[in-house]
Amino acid sequence: MANLQSNLLDMFYMDTIASGETRLHNLDPRAKVMTTLIFVAAVVSFDKYEIAMLIPFFIYPAVMVAWAELPVVYLFKKMVVLMPFAFFIGMFNPVIDTDIILRVDFTDIVTRFIEVMRLVEINTVQDGIWLVEISGGWISFFSIMVRFFLTVGAALILISITGFDSVCVALQKFGVPKPFIVQLMFLYRYMFVLIDEASRMVRARSLRTFDSGSHMSFNLFIPMIGQLLLRTLDRAQRIHLAMCCRGFEGHINMVRKMNFGIHETLFVAVWSFIFIMFRLYNIPVQVGMLVTELFL
Amino acid sequence: MSHHIVQAENLHYTYPDGTVGLNEINFKIHHGESVALVGSNGAGKSTLLLHLIGSLISTKGNIRIGDYPLNRKNLKSVRRSVGMVFQDPDDQLFMPTVFDDVAFGPINLGLPESEVEQRVMQALETVGVSHLVKRSPHKLSGGEKRAVAIATVIATMPDILIMDEPSSNLDPASRRRLINLLKTFTHTKIIATHDLDMAIELCERTIILSNGKIAADGQTKELFQDERLLNMSGLEKPLTMQGCIVCSKQNFIC
Repeated sequence: MANLQSNLLDMFYMDTIASGETRLHNLDPRAKVMTTLIFVAAVVSFDKYEIAMLIPFFIYPAVMVAWAELPVVYLFKKMVVLMPFAFFIGMFNPVIDTDIILRVDFTDIVTRFIEVMRLVEINTVQDGIWLVEISGGWISFFSIMVRFFLTVGAALILISITGFDSVCVALQKFGVPKPFIVQLMFLYRYMFVLIDEASRMVRARSLRTFDSGSHMSFNLFIPMIGQLLLRTLDRAQRIHLAMCCRGFEGHINMVRKMNFGIHETLFVAVWSFIFIMFRLYNIPVQVGMLVTELFL
Repeated sequence: MSHHIVQAENLHYTYPDGTVGLNEINFKIHHGESVALVGSNGAGKSTLLLHLIGSLISTKGNIRIGDYPLNRKNLKSVRRSVGMVFQDPDDQLFMPTVFDDVAFGPINLGLPESEVEQRVMQALETVGVSHLVKRSPHKLSGGEKRAVAIATVIATMPDILIMDEPSSNLDPASRRRLINLLKTFTHTKIIATHDLDMAIELCERTIILSNGKIAADGQTKELFQDERLLNMSGLEKPLTMQGCIVCSKQNFIC
């Protein structure tokens, strides 16, 4: 119960963040949705073994978080909650894909290290071949995790700086089918009511279970979840009636003043340019070569 | 011709499981009248309200709103003139923000955007919560939700206002604000309630329902003095009409 309640408060906090007044918050939602979509498309379009080229993309969430003064720890916690989904998607990759595709030879470095240590008369390890071999499965697994942090992070940032309802309106303006938008809006609105309803049921149960353990038995869980479904259906009927009473005929229109001006155009153009550059050029390799040329 | 008359003619309704919901209901409510609908739990108040908005269709008899009988064909046009405030504001407030919720009805009426905004602000100002315009309904207090729920209905400018338990779950101050607000409305009002003290203040006429039938229909103050009738209908004399618990003197409302 405490968990449900705290999750509810946590989600309230997301709304509070979205009502901020930074310049980023005040940008037209369409610009932010468009930029996020381009970002996600760029990130997921890489080959499954790619990791290095994904790293520069962390600039986007970092800049957004700093610019909109978002609470980093809060967003990170939200991502950690969702992490198991990505983890389970990739967890069998190392088992299935065992071909070695990356060999990192540390022999040279280790040999030099041993020589340096011998100069100061310290014996460390024996000479030999120091080779780290990484299978394709592990690489693709890490690639999935990196992509998860980038895409989910971008989505959370989008909602934090735009608000869920404005994201829905923006999607509607982009031509996403109305029934889909209505579903999304209702999902978000009634998630709070559902959690509230569920937490009241759980509280009622826990107050009468006394010391027979805090875990709910399966026999009790089934009727409770059934009860919750019935209550939900009942409420859905009442809501539909309330909507019909105010002239609902299958679609919802919302009044929103939106202005896609010069700031929005610049925002989308600059970020899109950066994402395309990151996608086309291997920035980490370029930087690495530059550094090598400068110092070696 | 008036669209503000609400008339029930020999209304009968039986639920699919055989339970009789309404039985021989007859009444006529005129323009501008304020009528309380009282009765014990299960007396048929909510069933009757659902008939008035066309959600349930009677098995016998009919409802007339204005000059027309209410049926599935003219349901939409009838709903334009009848506004209903539900018992649970969470059922009524389904949009992401207060503004969107209040604007929902006017938009569906086909009003232009500028007028929608004007209507929304006017409705919110009428119920005294214009400062909540950008808030999310799920974050409001019970009293605020109720006020916004009323605003969503009055924004469509209905001729007839139907309310199901409007004072339930409100703190005394919010209840008082609600009563004062409803006093200012000139709509035809039909209020289903257990709050008999509120009924005395707001409604000159009361219909008492008992077991799906009309047990009495008349002046509120007269009916509420009839203790036998109230007891039979599962009700109790309103507190303001009972004797003082300290001095036992009758604190009678005239």
